[in-house]
Amino acid sequence: MVKGKLSVMEGSMAIAQAVKVCRPAVISAYPITPQTHIIEFLAQMVANGELDAEYIRADSEFSAASILAGASATGVRTYTASSSQGLLLMTEVIYYLAGTRLPVVFTGANRQITAPIGLQPDHQDTMSFRDAGMIELYVEDVQEAYDTHLQAFKIAEDHDILLPVMVCMDGFVLTHVFEPVKTFDQEDVDAFLPPYDPIHYLTPEKPMVFGSGSDEVNTMEFHYMNHQAVLRARDKIEAVAREFEDAFGHYRGGLIDTYATEDAEVILVAMGSVIGTLREAVDVLRGEGVKVGLVKVRSFRPFPAEALRQAISHTGAVAVLDRALSFGYQGILATDVKTALYDAPQRPLVLGLMVGFGGREVNLDTVREIVQRTQRALDTGHVPNEAEFIGLKTEIMPHFPVVA
Amino acid sequence: MDQIMLNKYDEMLFTPGHRACPGCGATIAVRAILEATGPDVIVVSPTGCLETFTAQYPYSPWGVPWLHVLFENAAAVASGVEAALKKRGLSDKIKVIIIGGDGGTHDIGIGALSGMLERGHNVTYICYDNEAYMNTGVQRSSATPVGASTATSPAGTQSWGKERPKKNLPAIVLAHGAPYVATASIAYPKDITRKVKLALSIQGPKYIEVHSPCPIGWGFDSAQTIELAKLAVQTGLVPIYEAYQGQPIKVRKIPKRVPVIEYLRNQKRFRHLVEGQGDQAHLALIQAIADENIVHYGLV
Repeated sequence: MVKGKLSVMEGSMAIAQAVKVCRPAVISAYPITPQTHIIEFLAQMVANGELDAEYIRADSEFSAASILAGASATGVRTYTASSSQGLLLMTEVIYYLAGTRLPVVFTGANRQITAPIGLQPDHQDTMSFRDAGMIELYVEDVQEAYDTHLQAFKIAEDHDILLPVMVCMDGFVLTHVFEPVKTFDQEDVDAFLPPYDPIHYLTPEKPMVFGSGSDEVNTMEFHYMNHQAVLRARDKIEAVAREFEDAFGHYRGGLIDTYATEDAEVILVAMGSVIGTLREAVDVLRGEGVKVGLVKVRSFRPFPAEALRQAISHTGAVAVLDRALSFGYQGILATDVKTALYDAPQRPLVLGLMVGFGGREVNLDTVREIVQRTQRALDTGHVPNEAEFIGLKTEIMPHFPVVA
Repeated sequence: MDQIMLNKYDEMLFTPGHRACPGCGATIAVRAILEATGPDVIVVSPTGCLETFTAQYPYSPWGVPWLHVLFENAAAVASGVEAALKKRGLSDKIKVIIIGGDGGTHDIGIGALSGMLERGHNVTYICYDNEAYMNTGVQRSSATPVGASTATSPAGTQSWGKERPKKNLPAIVLAHGAPYVATASIAYPKDITRKVKLALSIQGPKYIEVHSPCPIGWGFDSAQTIELAKLAVQTGLVPIYEAYQGQPIKVRKIPKRVPVIEYLRNQKRFRHLVEGQGDQAHLALIQAIADENIVHYGLV
């Protein structure tokens, strides 16, 4: 029997529907600008009695995450959504959640970080949690966002994992767009995702301390255990994606996805909604005889180093499209891709390309330019810049000395 | 004998063996609070002295479930605990309280506290007020009294210590419409217990501020904690009162008023005001605060 019902809805509504069928006990949010409609739809579902959850309207995004820390420690399923500045405001709590192993699920609707203030998507916000000890999954379309939320709770709450998980989806491009989405019935989701069964939680029956202090005697061991849990998630993310396929009939998940990579001379590597554009561009360029392929990095943490090595080390050159920058070094994804390749027996050239900042469009022309630059590097055997800014409007900037 | 002691500790909600300084006022407050709550409670604490001296892994004196998240969010965390208990159908059985210092309450945590009060969570917030950031080395807080010398408001040739008066947080909480607001002092532990019991019987957010001398931060003999706490009350500098639904219901009267100088002269933090001829102008200013309290709260 085919499960699910296909209908056209806004991305935010699809996420709200996914969260609803996951039955969170406590939701808390703060509608800082920019936010999405997700938390408004969830508020309406609670108001209508369609969703039996405690919905706490927090006084800030920092408090929203803190409220969920308290609720999660009390042994219930928890959820919030935010973007940009709101996510940054949650940062201190997110580190705590990972270190205390509290499996809160977040939607990170990617948007540019101030300054300058802006509403459009890039990845600077969510990638700032790279070292927080949490799991981050990036999705390319609304269906994948819906599916990944169902998987996220299962991954987060697994007794071998117990970590916060953030599903990262590009703001506006995915949260505000209307797309056909297959949603699933409550009973089918219940069969896939059992109720949260916490190992440790606050109860007078067995008094327990959460949030102890630690120093040189034990802190390294706490960090090692957190690190191991994130690493274990590599297998868990794959396993849950397969369970999802068994339950719902389609596979959307895993650590990476590859497209036309086998014989590719140039491979594009990227994350998020730009993947859809890149798939199209690969088809067009293949039609013109260019041997180009694509790798989608879906799991940013844990980072799929081995899967990437297998997918790209055979090729001539790799172009990493980065929507987040480590100022003073290079693109954040490019750095990780290069690090993964260092241990490969054969290493392709890697170009780090800055695109899509503040939501700037990445279209076929952008991809053409990127592929041409990559082919040029392949011909010369040389990568001119660690971080190349594509489409940089030098004419609007004041004069200043430029360094390579 | 050891086994007898161990069994005894098993039944205690807050055991000896923690790392508080000798003469710590906050520990007296904690024991009086847990006397009121009994075991069916979840305690949330912000970062601070209490967190530091009770929760160094793998040790703990807590015989009740206890949760520390960060410095500035205890009220938000407790809101989440309360919401989760409601969802689990345990709201009637398990109480939620916060025990935090003045730094986590008056200053960095006031935003979260305001949110908790406005949303009306059924949580009792108890602040042990030791009038500075003691855990981190005695820096001034907004609860530090005027004239006190601290690490960040040191007395000097150009300064007489903290130059601003103590923040009146109970009044701020009252302005949120909290149904029960009280002050207390570790000089009167039974009064703390009574007030916490009363607070727990009232629905909604409650706030109790417990004046808690700190021998290290204030600079006095650790055997004198209770005496000093009593003196603070007797001068009128620390008014003890309670309000229900915005109306005053009880005030601790001062049978025999003590001049503020008697309270100040035993503490190193005020030494610059009392040594030699004394800083009469500023002493008069502090006495005026006590006099005003006497009238405002009806303490005599």
